[in-house]
Amino acid sequence: MTTWDYAPAPESRDIANLKPSYRMFVDGKFVEGTGEPLKSVNPATEEVLAEVSTASPSDVDTAVKAARRAYDKVWGRMPGAERAKYIFRIARMIAERGRELAVLESLDNGKPIKESRDTDIPTASAHFFYHAGWADKLDYAGYGPSPRPLGVTGQVIPWNFPLLMAAWKIAPALACGNTVVLKPAETTPLTALVLAEIIQQADLPPGVVNIIPGAGGIGAELVNHPQVDKVAFTGSTEVGKLIQGSLAGTGKKLTLELGGKAANIVFDDAPLDQAVEGIVNGIFFNQGHVCCAGSRLLVQESIADELLEKLRTRVSTLRVGDPLDKNTDVGAINSSEQLAKIRELTQAGEDEGAERWTSPCSLPDKGFFFAPTVFSNVSQAMRIAREEIFGPVLSVLTFRTPEEAVAKANNTPYGLSAGIWTEKGSRILYMADRMRAGVVWANTFNRFDPTAPFGGYQESGFGREGGRAGLEAYLDV
Amino acid sequence: MSENRLGIAKTYKLYVGGAFPRSESGRSYPVNDSKGKFLANAAQASRKDAREAVVAARKAFPKWSGATAYNRGQVLYRVAELMEGRREQFVTEVAASEGVQTRRAQSLVDSAIDRWVWYAGWTDKIATVLGAANPVAGPYFSFTVPEPTGVVAVFAPQESSLLGLVSVVAPVIASGNTAVVVTSKERPLPSITLSEVLATSDVPGGVVNILTGSAVELAPWLASHADVNALDLTGAPTILRAELERAAAGTVKRVLRAPSAEPDWTKQPDISRLRAYLESKTVWHPLGV
Repeated sequence: MTTWDYAPAPESRDIANLKPSYRMFVDGKFVEGTGEPLKSVNPATEEVLAEVSTASPSDVDTAVKAARRAYDKVWGRMPGAERAKYIFRIARMIAERGRELAVLESLDNGKPIKESRDTDIPTASAHFFYHAGWADKLDYAGYGPSPRPLGVTGQVIPWNFPLLMAAWKIAPALACGNTVVLKPAETTPLTALVLAEIIQQADLPPGVVNIIPGAGGIGAELVNHPQVDKVAFTGSTEVGKLIQGSLAGTGKKLTLELGGKAANIVFDDAPLDQAVEGIVNGIFFNQGHVCCAGSRLLVQESIADELLEKLRTRVSTLRVGDPLDKNTDVGAINSSEQLAKIRELTQAGEDEGAERWTSPCSLPDKGFFFAPTVFSNVSQAMRIAREEIFGPVLSVLTFRTPEEAVAKANNTPYGLSAGIWTEKGSRILYMADRMRAGVVWANTFNRFDPTAPFGGYQESGFGREGGRAGLEAYLDV
Repeated sequence: MSENRLGIAKTYKLYVGGAFPRSESGRSYPVNDSKGKFLANAAQASRKDAREAVVAARKAFPKWSGATAYNRGQVLYRVAELMEGRREQFVTEVAASEGVQTRRAQSLVDSAIDRWVWYAGWTDKIATVLGAANPVAGPYFSFTVPEPTGVVAVFAPQESSLLGLVSVVAPVIASGNTAVVVTSKERPLPSITLSEVLATSDVPGGVVNILTGSAVELAPWLASHADVNALDLTGAPTILRAELERAAAGTVKRVLRAPSAEPDWTKQPDISRLRAYLESKTVWHPLGV
């Protein structure tokens, strides 16, 4: 048998137009922040990509006041049809610079180029395009006639989908007539600042969108600013609880999109090869840095051995490495902190007696990488079955009856997503009905669309993003 | 019937899990009319009673949330039917509790009955109005349905003893949630009579649990209870509201905030109270042959 040498197909990093330094965007201008500058690191190589100025508390105040002025004087009173045109422009310009943004995202975040190119950037553009259309149709959204915006929104987003999360936050806020101060994640600020450039080129009135990089303390400063009327946060449940607590009694409207520990349930009649693809997508997409990742695989006992064997074979073929290589399936873990957390939890899995299998793939010498890992013989009490790992680590549990699958799937304080694999239509609907989760994927996983509301039950947060339902978060209703 | 006949006074108790227990604490407190005249003793619910009520509400949730919308609509309508039959009793109690003239009390009771009818009609329309077929950009069928959030702890209005109470409880259960209700402390009697109506209508035990007593005492326990999914702060003590919201953050509860002054309950409601206790669930399935 002939064996072929692996030939990488790297995307050129020059396309990212990487600049040595980036500045924050306040009141329509790029300005130096007075916080301690941060260095954004390429997690695949550990080299510094760029220096980024950050906001200090006084910069937060400046940005919020700029957003307030823009709301009072321009954006809050602009006809919806005019707002729509600005937002459509942003959508188009993201698409125009799609390749550049994709490469930059992969450099800064570590995600494979095929994912930033095919998912993150196009979906970000689609979110602006979708919400642009709502701006002059809010009367038809089901919240009564002429629903009013809230004012200034303070938005804090995570590092796992940097540009896409910025789009999920900014697009509906603008469509509903609010102005924005957004804090991107400390480790992934770059694409949000290119978005700021796009917003400037799209001629948005100054102050309508402000983007201020910084660490968690600046996020706290932003959400607690007295002139912020609405707070939207995507991130960990731990921080979400802190924010909900700190906003108590302030009257600020809040939406939270937090962690998850989704069950991906495979019945004995499922098309196994498709299910294996879905399981792989569910937990290894974006290195498992996905709040709705299918991190708990529930397999019907009668097919568990067969499925596990197929799964291990398939996972062994996943190519882990250079995010810019178009063949890469699993990129770099976003930071050394996250890598340490994944290592700690996988160690706990071993210590608690689960059976560990790790893909024999080769890993690069430099950078933050973690080989895809599957734990079997996992019991519900183990930490790897209860806690969000946020990495390429799957915990496999088994069940015998649909009732048992429901009970195990719902045995978590989270409730963001769930997966169901079966050929039987009535069973899909039975299971979907019983999942205490905001998104249920049947015979698929990790699908996102601006028209489809996304968000959690219970400790996975409240409020929705996307669809008609997502507008409620940004309207005074 | 002799005019000298001594009437039979009612013992007002709690309503938990479809039964009428006294408070496990053995406590009661006097309830007076608006002029200070003694009306009855009401049970003073304790923290443990509140916990029992949450257990009952959780137990009732799967069946009630799983009932068809048509069925829930009929059950809510039946509450209105039975209230109509007890109209005079409610009028007497509302007049005594709130210190209003009989005609005003009649109007309030009628509105309360009509409110059940309004919400009864919503049960099988809310999914149509708030749900969606999502036109996603790919070969998938995607739809979104509203679902009840779970157990809701309701602090009923302190002033409006019946209409306010019905206005906050009906939207909770219309969509399939179950409720633990802490009633007006000073004006609890109509709520107990309502619980007797609920017990004899077709509302399953545990769907609505009614606690008389002090919201100040009970609220912190309900706000931090891990098996409560949402809070309605309408009748919660104003000074405690921020603290209750903080406690609610511990388990990411949904919180319905309230204006400091009680709203005018005679105004026609909108669906915001229904929306407050609903989750959206989005389901995806591929298209293919």
